[in-house]
Amino acid sequence: MTQPVLDVDNLGKSFRTYGSEWSRVLSWFGLPSAALTERWVLRHVGFRIQPGEAVGIVGQNGAGKSTLLKLITGTLRPTTGSVRVRGRIAAILELGMGMNPEFTGRQNVHHVAGLMGFSHSQIDALMPEIEDFAEIGTYFDQPLRVYSSGMQMRVAFSVATAVKPEILIVDEALSVGDAYFQHKSFDRIRAYREAGTTLLIVSHDRSAIQTLCDRAILLERGAQVKDGPPEEVMDYYNALLAEREGQTLEVRRQDNGLVQTISGSFEATVEDVALLNHRGDPVEFVNVGEEVTLRLKVRAHQAIPRLVMGYMIKDRLGQTMFGTNTFHTEQILEDVAEGSSITYSAAFTANLGPGSYSVATALVSSDTHLLNNYEWRDLALLFTVSNQDKPYFIGTAWVPPTIRIER
Amino acid sequence: MLAMLGSAWSYRYFILSSIRTEFMGRFIRSRIGGLWMVVNPLVQVSIYALILSSLLSARLPELADQPYAYAIYLTAGILCWSLFSEVVTRCLTVFIENGNLLKKVVFPRSCLPLIATGSALVNNGLLLLAIIGVFAILGHRVPPAPLLLLPALVALTVALALGFGLVLGTLNVFIRDIGHVVPLVLQIGFWFTPVVYVPEVLPAEVRGLLAFNPLFPLIGAYHDVLVFGRAPDLAGLAGTAALALGSLALALVMFRRAGAEMVDVL
Repeated sequence: MTQPVLDVDNLGKSFRTYGSEWSRVLSWFGLPSAALTERWVLRHVGFRIQPGEAVGIVGQNGAGKSTLLKLITGTLRPTTGSVRVRGRIAAILELGMGMNPEFTGRQNVHHVAGLMGFSHSQIDALMPEIEDFAEIGTYFDQPLRVYSSGMQMRVAFSVATAVKPEILIVDEALSVGDAYFQHKSFDRIRAYREAGTTLLIVSHDRSAIQTLCDRAILLERGAQVKDGPPEEVMDYYNALLAEREGQTLEVRRQDNGLVQTISGSFEATVEDVALLNHRGDPVEFVNVGEEVTLRLKVRAHQAIPRLVMGYMIKDRLGQTMFGTNTFHTEQILEDVAEGSSITYSAAFTANLGPGSYSVATALVSSDTHLLNNYEWRDLALLFTVSNQDKPYFIGTAWVPPTIRIER
Repeated sequence: MLAMLGSAWSYRYFILSSIRTEFMGRFIRSRIGGLWMVVNPLVQVSIYALILSSLLSARLPELADQPYAYAIYLTAGILCWSLFSEVVTRCLTVFIENGNLLKKVVFPRSCLPLIATGSALVNNGLLLLAIIGVFAILGHRVPPAPLLLLPALVALTVALALGFGLVLGTLNVFIRDIGHVVPLVLQIGFWFTPVVYVPEVLPAEVRGLLAFNPLFPLIGAYHDVLVFGRAPDLAGLAGTAALALGSLALALVMFRRAGAEMVDVL
């Protein structure tokens, strides 16, 4: 077992308000301070991260994500518990901090690298590499104020990641400048990761978390509510988003080891889900390009003014392959009576690449699951697509070409 | 304490580069550049000199033979006062102005007041050069021996200002009214310090109060060195030195205790 690169132990942060700021001042000198209220923004958070792991930190606005990051980087001091970091942290959150528009790119690099704690000679040694990576040519020796925002980001990213950190904190979609530079910066992040850098990614974006991370931590109102595989955590997070008063959240561990999350107010539920072949028989294995029908049997347990059914087909990484609902297809059911049973049949061609897929279903009242969520069911159905009669191909989509060759 | 200085030392390159950046940033797009830094205090000195010299020059019997005695006296006082007030006002707001940086980037907090002090020292050094130039033009010759004490006087001024500035600057993060009160107090302090006048013009009962002004002996020492060319009264400076050390110690204690909470309220 290697030493964790980051060890967060029973971390808590409270912001104190004093009756008068003078009592705060007195408290520094050890005098008992009156009228003290504490507002906890983070409490009992604990996890360990090993070198080379990529961990996503998810949660709604105000859940405590940025407080946690500030505690990890060290700008905030914990009220309880501790954060132990082995190595240097670089964050791509504060790109451009400390830069002065009147100075050239080179001068700013000097300044910012100094702020990161590098010495003069270290910076001089890094400079050619930084200049090279930013690829802004002669602009490097012109004042920052004539830069486009993309060029500023290039310089800022190049400095921030000039030296491989032990922990790299990245936010949202890594939107650093133009598409070319995004690829380039992402390559660098990937290379660092392969060399053992730990990634901490803060995002709301499901696909970013699922493609980049091998673990996710969910924060909710300052508490750590889940720590596990990204797919499972994101399902839980989505359900949490939909959770409102009167709704429940159920997490089932299925026989195949997958965790199914069901949430909603359950005025209507899916009683049966099946994938049928052209003969109407339920199937688990589907050929590439086969005509299939997704059949949902729904029961309304109460009278419902408006019912929309939606489904999503996801690959094994949780990336959505396709999803739609009867709001978009303009097939909304109005005034559904209590006890009535509805069968939805969605016929489609399985133009999917070989692999395992899951279906998530939703019963809602409009086009999002945030308004009235009757039932949201992840991993409602699993099926496998195999290539039985098509020429070999890779990928998750079946986009058959006609290749013409001229010579 | 040592740890704090140690971490600031490891960021020395950043501190120096910040001072340079700040200095260059101020005149990077103006034509006469660094000259602006000395034009301001010189104009101020000239105004006071023009308006007040006829009223007060008679009161400087030791320099009765010099036509510009008052201007010289005034300049020496301004040199001390401007260093003190610049360090205090910069330290007062340095944490608030850099709040965003403190919230986002990890670096030793102690760098900020050091940068502020460093850049005040650079300005003061330029002013000193200008003053030496003016003295030369006016034909005022300063004996070199007492002049060797000037660095010590500068250090004492900085220590006193840094002590006051850090205490007030730390408090100002939490109690923002401090930021409004201090400039007023400094203005009153300016007129309560013999910069534009000689202490002898004050009524005897008021003059006694000057003993409570820690800058009074310091300004007097500047006058001794730069104007009268004699060794300053070191015993008189002892009280000021003690106060400077005391306020620095208090500042360090507060700075360390408050450090944990400072970013919370920025």
